[in-house]
Amino acid sequence: MPAYFLEIAVVALGILLLMVEAFSNNADRSQVAWGAVTGLAIIFITSFFVQVPANQTGPFWSFYTADGLAIFYKQIALLATILVTIISVAYIPILQKYTGHAKDPSSALGEYFSLPVFACAGLMWMASANDLISMFVALELTTMTFYVLVAYMRHNVGSLEAGVKYLILGALSTGFLVYGITWIFGLTGKTNFADIAAVLETGAVNNTALLFAIALLLVGLGFKVGAVPFQIWIPDVYQGAPTPTTAFLSVGSKAAGFIVLIRVLEPFLTTPAIQSKILIILTIIAAATILYGNLGAIPQSNAKRLLAFSSISHAGFALMALACWTTATPDSNTLPSTLTVSFYLATYLFMTMLCFLVFVVVRSHDPDGPEDLSAFDGLSKRSPFLAFALLIGLVGLAGIPLTAGFFGKFFVFFLAIEQQQFILLAVAIIGAAAGFYYYLKIIRSMYWNDPADPSPIPIPLSAKVTTTLLVAAVIIFGIYPTPILNLLGAN
Amino acid sequence: MTILTAIIFVPILAAIAMVGIGTPAKKTALAAAAINLLFAFVAWAQFDPAVAGYQLAGSFPILSKPELAFSVGADGITIILLLLTTIVTLCAVWMSPADKDDNKLFHVSSLLISAGALGAFLSTDLFFFYAFHELALIPTFLMIGIWGSGDNKRVAWKITIYLGLGSLVLLAGLLALFITSGSSSFSFDSLQTASQSISPEIQKWVFLPLLLGFGTLVSLFPLHSWAAPAYASAPTPTAMLHAGVLKKFGLYGLIRVAVPMLPEGAQAWTNLACILLLGNILYVGLVTIASRRLDHMLGNSSVMHMGYLFLGVFSLNTIGLNGAVLLMFAHGLSIALLFGLASKLRESTGTLEFGRLGGLGKSAPVLAFTFALGAFASIGLPGFTNFASEVLVFFGGFKDYVDLPIASKSLGALQITTILAVLGVLISAIYMLRAYRAVFQGDKPVPEEGDPEITAADLTFSQRIPVTILIAALIITGCLPFLLLRLLDSTTQLLAITP
Repeated sequence: MPAYFLEIAVVALGILLLMVEAFSNNADRSQVAWGAVTGLAIIFITSFFVQVPANQTGPFWSFYTADGLAIFYKQIALLATILVTIISVAYIPILQKYTGHAKDPSSALGEYFSLPVFACAGLMWMASANDLISMFVALELTTMTFYVLVAYMRHNVGSLEAGVKYLILGALSTGFLVYGITWIFGLTGKTNFADIAAVLETGAVNNTALLFAIALLLVGLGFKVGAVPFQIWIPDVYQGAPTPTTAFLSVGSKAAGFIVLIRVLEPFLTTPAIQSKILIILTIIAAATILYGNLGAIPQSNAKRLLAFSSISHAGFALMALACWTTATPDSNTLPSTLTVSFYLATYLFMTMLCFLVFVVVRSHDPDGPEDLSAFDGLSKRSPFLAFALLIGLVGLAGIPLTAGFFGKFFVFFLAIEQQQFILLAVAIIGAAAGFYYYLKIIRSMYWNDPADPSPIPIPLSAKVTTTLLVAAVIIFGIYPTPILNLLGAN
Repeated sequence: MTILTAIIFVPILAAIAMVGIGTPAKKTALAAAAINLLFAFVAWAQFDPAVAGYQLAGSFPILSKPELAFSVGADGITIILLLLTTIVTLCAVWMSPADKDDNKLFHVSSLLISAGALGAFLSTDLFFFYAFHELALIPTFLMIGIWGSGDNKRVAWKITIYLGLGSLVLLAGLLALFITSGSSSFSFDSLQTASQSISPEIQKWVFLPLLLGFGTLVSLFPLHSWAAPAYASAPTPTAMLHAGVLKKFGLYGLIRVAVPMLPEGAQAWTNLACILLLGNILYVGLVTIASRRLDHMLGNSSVMHMGYLFLGVFSLNTIGLNGAVLLMFAHGLSIALLFGLASKLRESTGTLEFGRLGGLGKSAPVLAFTFALGAFASIGLPGFTNFASEVLVFFGGFKDYVDLPIASKSLGALQITTILAVLGVLISAIYMLRAYRAVFQGDKPVPEEGDPEITAADLTFSQRIPVTILIAALIITGCLPFLLLRLLDSTTQLLAITP
């Protein structure tokens, strides 16, 4: 089965879900969510059996590629969407509070469950885009959906504020991106990445103009992945958006942003004349992002805002792998930069989703409760299971060994030492040490403090099963990461 | 699956059983610790000291590029540390406060700290050697933060951030070692072979982060300030396990990885290490004398004794290394004993301030007697393992000098350090005996208006058992040190730089 069937199936699923939502009289909208989860799960499993065509030439393949990396990022997108939908189900009480009206509190739920499916299709196309135009279209499909999802809770000022901020800054970054694309096209006459690389090889392109174009592209894509100095929107938007959307932004949107970044930068990074200049830019951005994310997280007292800064810091670590650029050589021990980033993002998916899922379960139990870290006070006494799960998620994000997060950092540090980027390494060590502090702040609330309200927190079955699976994934991949590396074709 | 793998997993499985099935907390932990001690004896019996290299080995591959495997194995050093860990674990769980008998989180944390130490000592793969040590980080944070005494919250942050940062520096150093050696595998054997090709100049710069990283974990001066307050605040089993066992990881790493794999690097920094270790022995020693509380005094004394261990390691010869390994064992047992007894004392008196204690020997004679034995061991009186090992460390420090021809004999930095370090024995005698007098002898101070009179409960029969185990181990190996030293014959020869 060709890879593009996957996207077609996802879009078809999305339309089907909207139809069901529009024409069924059934009041229980959570069935739309379970429909989405089931459909996406089937597509996710199918994605492991997709053939990678050896000969990808012809008009279609000039804007769509189905290489191993593309399939891997499609799987990340699918898994992220499945988990986001499960988180959304647990988030229903809050959604009802801020979106419904008196007669039917769940009137707006159906769209909230089906929109991520369309975003997922956009993310999957981003993974396959090998042309500036198709990349841009896919990116916009995703971003448009996110504009709606971020501002979804229309009775909540925070959500609306987040929506406006995301829309304005997103539109601005899109402008930079388009401008960069036109410069690239003007310089090379091509939009396909392979063609651009071929033109660059001839050396007939003005390097100064090229760097200007790349800088413009970096502005646009830096916004998507949340790299400094284009990260200003992240804390506000992450805090204001509905929590499942925050999780989706932080994992799905970021991962897709990185695969696009990799694909856009690859032709330039393999051109020796400008490689070193781009690497200097990337090094500075990575160092600034690590420092900003980690140091900015230290004083945060709102859990979502804290994870927003954490997501900036993780973008920094992933960028660090790109800044220590190296490609595969047959006899080397090193995981190439692209695969290191991909592995890092895959582990990040499990840990972040785990944290957000626990956040949502705790919040839904008490929709009027505090939004700061005091919501987690004494969680270990109210629900030892949730506390342990969140502990594992946070410890993973902090990069403590025997969790998946450690292997991610391990490979990134490995690259930095191998490429002798010692300043970046020192920055990363400072950042990771700061991470110990702010992730442990939540653990402190859960275990050291006494709960204000000692009532136990009930956990919906779906959340319980998903949490258990995610905890298992974080621990198992922390000891045995081989399955992920096999998917990447790296082991 | 070898017996060594089983030893690592017994505490973890016990923790899972406690949480998953709901087996009684303290009994499960005790059973796991007892099984592990038994297994450790079996491993000791199966170990053949005449054979060089790792025995009882087992391996499970994880990655193929770079080659990384969950592999375990034991040589002489490992067996000694295995005995230390299992003995201390059993006693630490046993001496846990009675009101925590049903507290699962408490005993799970103890078991995980133990599992982390066991995994780190038994791994023969650099990755898991490092990874297992970190398993103890979060349980320590939780235990000090939740159940610690005094300024425990601030102290819990301090130890976690310090050790976290130290571990990251260490990770960078270990990766640099792996990459510069060009080894294809993370196994110790492969690294040991490959690292011989690293040029002296690079060795020097790779050794530095290892010294700083391992040094932080061992509380090497001036990176030691986390240790004493943390041990003073920590609940009984955490203090016993951390000061007794886990802290030895950094020294073990120096002996196993840093020194043998980067010999020229080690030599390049020997002078610096000498100065720093004198900071431990003399400066921290004087700080210890000035301590006003028994728990602070013990915490500082444990930092001070690390100086001797560094001296043994940086003598770089077999005698010194033998001494260092034996001293790790001896110090681990004696400090665990002292921390355990001090915690029992605090449970009944509610304070460990010297100014408020005194004359407790009358009401708690057994506690006083056993504490005296622990203090004697810690000072290094003959008959305890500490004596045998400190003597070896001092011999190790003077080995170079003895080997010089008569005509050109002159004291090197190491010898001067050794001479100064011997003063430390005097310092330990001062603070230990002063503390003993302040707590157990003399008259009880008159309590201030409104304060209750302080009395000490003696050790119960059940509490006497772990105390006896620790003292017996110290005296048996102190009188018959060859029981342990013969395990080291073929091991330290491989690791020492000079014979």
